[in-house]
This record gives sequence, C-alpha cells and structure tokens, in this order.
Amino acid sequence: MTEAPPTPLTLPDSVDAVVARLAAEGYVCDRRLATALFLALRLQRPLFLEGEPGVGKTELAKTLARALGTTLLRVQCYEGLDVAQTAYEWNVARQMVEIRLAEAAHAVADEGQRERLVHSLYSRAMLIERPLLQALTQPRTPVLLIDELDRADEPFDAFLLEVLAEHQITIPELGTVRAETAPIAIITSNRTREIHDALKRRCLYHWVEFPDVERELQIVRLKVPGAAERLSRQAVEFVQRMRTLDLFKAPGVAETIDWTNALVALNAMRLDPATVHDTLGVLLKYQDDIARMQGGDTAKIVDELRARGVIDAPPA
Amino acid sequence: MLAENIVHFTRVLRGAGLALGPDRALAAIAAVEAVGLTRREDVRAALSAVLLERHEQQPVFDAAFDAFWRDPKLLEQMMHALLPKISGRGEKVAPRRVNRLAEALAAPRAPEPPNPANQSAEQELRFETRFSWSERERLQQADFETMSTAEFALAQRLAQTLPLPVEPVRRRRRERAPRGTIDLRRTLQGMARSPFTLAPAHTAPRTEPPTLVVLLDISGSMDRYARLFLHYVHGLTRRWLHVHTLTFGTRLTNITRCLKHRDPDEALALADRLVHDWKGGTRIAASLDEFNRRWARRLLGANAALLLVTDGLDRDEHGGLAQAAARLRRHARQVVWLNPLLRFDGFEPRAAGVRALLPHVDRFLPVHNLASLADLGRALRAPAIRPSTLLN
Repeated sequence: MTEAPPTPLTLPDSVDAVVARLAAEGYVCDRRLATALFLALRLQRPLFLEGEPGVGKTELAKTLARALGTTLLRVQCYEGLDVAQTAYEWNVARQMVEIRLAEAAHAVADEGQRERLVHSLYSRAMLIERPLLQALTQPRTPVLLIDELDRADEPFDAFLLEVLAEHQITIPELGTVRAETAPIAIITSNRTREIHDALKRRCLYHWVEFPDVERELQIVRLKVPGAAERLSRQAVEFVQRMRTLDLFKAPGVAETIDWTNALVALNAMRLDPATVHDTLGVLLKYQDDIARMQGGDTAKIVDELRARGVIDAPPA
Repeated sequence: MLAENIVHFTRVLRGAGLALGPDRALAAIAAVEAVGLTRREDVRAALSAVLLERHEQQPVFDAAFDAFWRDPKLLEQMMHALLPKISGRGEKVAPRRVNRLAEALAAPRAPEPPNPANQSAEQELRFETRFSWSERERLQQADFETMSTAEFALAQRLAQTLPLPVEPVRRRRRERAPRGTIDLRRTLQGMARSPFTLAPAHTAPRTEPPTLVVLLDISGSMDRYARLFLHYVHGLTRRWLHVHTLTFGTRLTNITRCLKHRDPDEALALADRLVHDWKGGTRIAASLDEFNRRWARRLLGANAALLLVTDGLDRDEHGGLAQAAARLRRHARQVVWLNPLLRFDGFEPRAAGVRALLPHVDRFLPVHNLASLADLGRALRAPAIRPSTLLN
C-alpha cells in the first residue's frame, strides 16, 4: 500500500542521547522519562503518559517530532470520537456523483457493470485519510500523538488496540492497511477516567511528575528568556512550595511559565504578597484555592522564601 | 542469568497483586537489555515503564525493586514464600490484594539462621510496605457470612432486572435509528447495492446509562445495609462494567477491582480485606472532600452519575459537609442519594448532616427499614423524591 520505502529515522542510541536531543529542542526532561521514551523507540511500543495537566506531556510529543525531523500527527480526543474522524472516511459526495454518472450512462444494467461500479466506488481514491490512517501510510515514520485519551469514550480505546498493537487498520470495504514500520505513538491522559487495562498492557507506562526546583528553573529560563534570574527563581520556588499545600488543583509547569510571563509583563522586580494576589488567577483555576491562598498562605510562603534568602527584603 | 532474575522479579510483583502476564516478563527482559545494566536508576525506570499500569503501583514496585537490588537473599526468601502459591494450581489460590507487597514477601520462619544484616533489611522492607495503613483504624473486620443460594439468586436478579437508580444520558456517539440524521455512508451502500432507488438510512444519538460511581457508607450505623448493598452493586458490576465503587467510613477505599471478581463471596471477601474501617465511625464531610480531591476528576468524567448511599448521620461540626456536597454536585452530572435508614413515614430532615446534604442532590431515594434485598428492590422501583419538596 505504501508508495515508497520509508526513509528510516535516525533514532537516539542511548538514554543520554534522548536527553541531549530533546534538550537541543528546548525540552528539559528527567532521566526516567528519557528512559521510558528510549525504550518506546527501541522496542517500538506506544508510550502512555499520565500525569497532572500542565506537566508537558503533549509538549514531549511535539518536541520529539521536531527532534527526529518527522511529521506529527495529532488526534485530539473527545467523547463520541469515531472512525470517521480519526481513521478514514469515504468521500460520499464523490461516490454519489459516480453513481449518478453511471446511472445516466446506463452503465448499471448487468451484474458485471454493477460489480465494477461498486469496486470503483470503494477504491483508495475515494478514501479520505484521517490521522490514524495517515500514520500508517506515511513514507517516513511519523510521531502519532493521541492527546487526552481519557476524554474519548471506551469504544475508542478498543478501536485503538488494532492500530497500536498491529499497526494496521481494517476497512471493511477495502481490506487491511498495514504499516511497514510502527508509528511512534505517544498517548497522553489526564486521568479523568481509567483507560482500559488491555490498552495499557500494550504500552509503556510513565507517570510524569512535577519537576524539581532546578529542572523547573531550567525550563522557565528556556521558555521565558526575558525574566531576570532572581525573579524566575522566586517564581519557581513559590510554585514549588504551593504544590506542597493541599490545593484542589496544584499549578503545573505551564502555569509557572505563564505566571513568570505575567510577572515580567507587570515589571515586577521581586515577589511580594500584593503582586502575588493580583496574579493568582494565572496560577490557580479554582476559586476555593484562590480564596485559601489569599487567606494568608501567600504571605506565609513569601515570608518563608525571604527567610531563606530567595526573595530580598523589601526596600525600607 | 539476567533473564532468570527478571522473571523472578516479575513473579514477586505478581504475588504482590500486579497483573503481569508472561508477555510482560519478555518485554522487561528486552527493556533491560536495551538500556543496559550500567546504571541502576535506568534499570528501575525501564522496568517500571514496562511493568506498571497505574501510578498507585509505584510504591510497591519501588519497594520490591530495592529489595531485589539490595539483597538477593531476601529475594530468595520471597520466592520461597511464593512457591506454594505458584505450584498449587489445583487448590484454591489465596486471594491477593494490590498494595500488599508485605503479604507476598512474608517470609516463612527462616530456614537458616539469618545474619543480622539480612534481618534489618527485611525489617526495614516490611516497615516500608506497611506504613501506608495503620492498624489503629482497623476497628473491626466485617464478618460477612457467605451468602445463601437463594439470596445470591435474588441479588443477581435484582441487579439484572431493576432499572438503574440513575437517569440515562445522551451520548455523542450515534447509532442506527429509523429516523434522525441521514447516514450517508450506509445510504450509499444501499444505493450501490440496488441502483435507481434511494432509501436513506438514519442515525440518532445513542442513549445509555451513565457511568455509575457508588459511594457507600460502611460505618457502624450502616453496617447491615452496606452488606446488602454490596451484593447489589456486585451484581451491577457483573452486568455492566461501568460501575466504580468506593466505600467510606473514616477513610475512603476504592473497591472497584474487588467487585469485578465473578464470584460474589470471593469479591466481597476481597473487598473485606481491602477495607479497614468497617463498622467504625463516619466522617462524611472528610470522605466527600477526599473523594472530590482524589477521585472526582478521575471517575466523574463523561457524564457520570453518583449514587451516594449513606444515612447522613454526621454531626458536621466543622460545617464542611455542605461545601463538599456542593462541589460533588458540580463534578457529577447527577447525584442520587439513597438513604436506607428512614424508619418512619413522615420524614423530616432534622439531622444536621441530612440538612446539609439534601440541597445538593438531584434525587432522593429513602428506604424504609431496609432489611432484605427485596426491600432494596422495592425502593429502587419507587419514584425518587425531589429534595426541594423536603426542605422549606
């Protein structure tokens, strides 16, 4: 089915190489995640990433595609997602026209003509390829990102099994489309539902943790180059401390980046309770959490960071 | 040698409750070969990527990995403990629990005089694997008698025939229907089959029962009903897989996986071993709050319905109950409250807990004196009460 033999990708040959190539594209990742990714590439298994929102799961797939110099095919999941939206769809309008033309030309009289018509109706040319099918027919192995799989419903998990385990899609009218090499599949989930074990069993599993202070600081430096070093550190330390509170939704790395951007935009020199109050909406998305932080936790953390010398004392 | 060790290691994990088939052992060997044996942390990451399925399994895995790495002697003992389970195919295998590595590791009295170093490592390991639950909270184990055949048949019948206590929801997924939106693909197939005719096919959105999350109060005052209800929920889980069950008394426990077991006695025995606060006190507000934080986002997606089974007898001293219930309502598409402890007809919500909960439920199912499964059946068939009619 494939037109040309796929150009092989140059895959990293060690865990260190994975870290280095992702770092070159601006993605700072810890060694555990790099190991899981390395294995996914080496063993040709899908990588299943779970974790809190905003820890960089989707970003990893995008970066990986850039680092390998290949295309990224993305399936954004939602409830009711079906084959027509993710794998393939028949070009029904064109098929209708074909039928009408055949009827007008009186080419449907006998059994043989009809057979030929049906055959031409369900040919490859009538097929509209969607990301999952595209992933199997690319000349060069693509990165296939199945984003937020937990948002799709369970029938979709079952459909994915064939694609991910056998690298093939069966189209009843046409036959089975099979890929020469497995696409590099990355599945992400925010865990708003449990994904079926049958699917997980075929994947490598990795829980993406929040990064530690130094790694998060590295990320902020990369993503917000305009921020002063001291301010970035203060923002990161503040967010890290917030994550230890029992918040309803702890801020992710994406929020740290947004917040640092916000602080830069406000020309803040250092963190103080007033600035934090004004910008809490960037970090926290639940009113209860915001109320709680405003109720004294902000001042407490700022004081702590001052005591540790992370934040300079306010000018007298 | 490496392969053998890894197979042993997966066997230890299997004993600790992880569902690992032989395919995983093969994948684990391939993974370790791929990353090499030079760095311990790489091996750990590689094995955990292949062998884990859920984040909760990480502590068990880490403890087992550390033991495996630190002291092969200890592993030998683990294996010793596991062997009877593996070889004894014909006899009944002791039920296993997730998170109970300690059980899998429980070494028999050491066959050789153990040296002190081994001893301390083992002690430490036991400590690590047991710290997650405290004996103190284990007020009383539920003493489930096994169910009589008649009771069992009734429970199954109720679960299979009774309408669900929650309303069906409309999905975005579509199905064939006599009228609705035209389905071009099927219409066209018809046209190709018989030219000169046009018989349009239709689809309509599918309506189905929502995912059901059951929050079951198992405190002292609810004891008898909890058992009956668990049988009903077990039947539901067997009939239809989208049921999640959590119990709460002083702590919240997810027993969904236990109830997936086919045999009801076995399923309830598994649940019994996992839950440690049977017949204890109730902390409804704290339990609901914990549910909101830890589980609501995981279980209540996709229009799930929540069935709350509690008597609402909570003094709610800190006033957090109404807030927790309100938040619960925002997460779930519908909240149905089944209260099995109403012994009189002229119900008036007097208890503080009941008053706090009522405004935040969609439907209220009071059961008068639930003593048997038949009563439960009657209650589930009866029309639900709108909570607003009870509050003035």
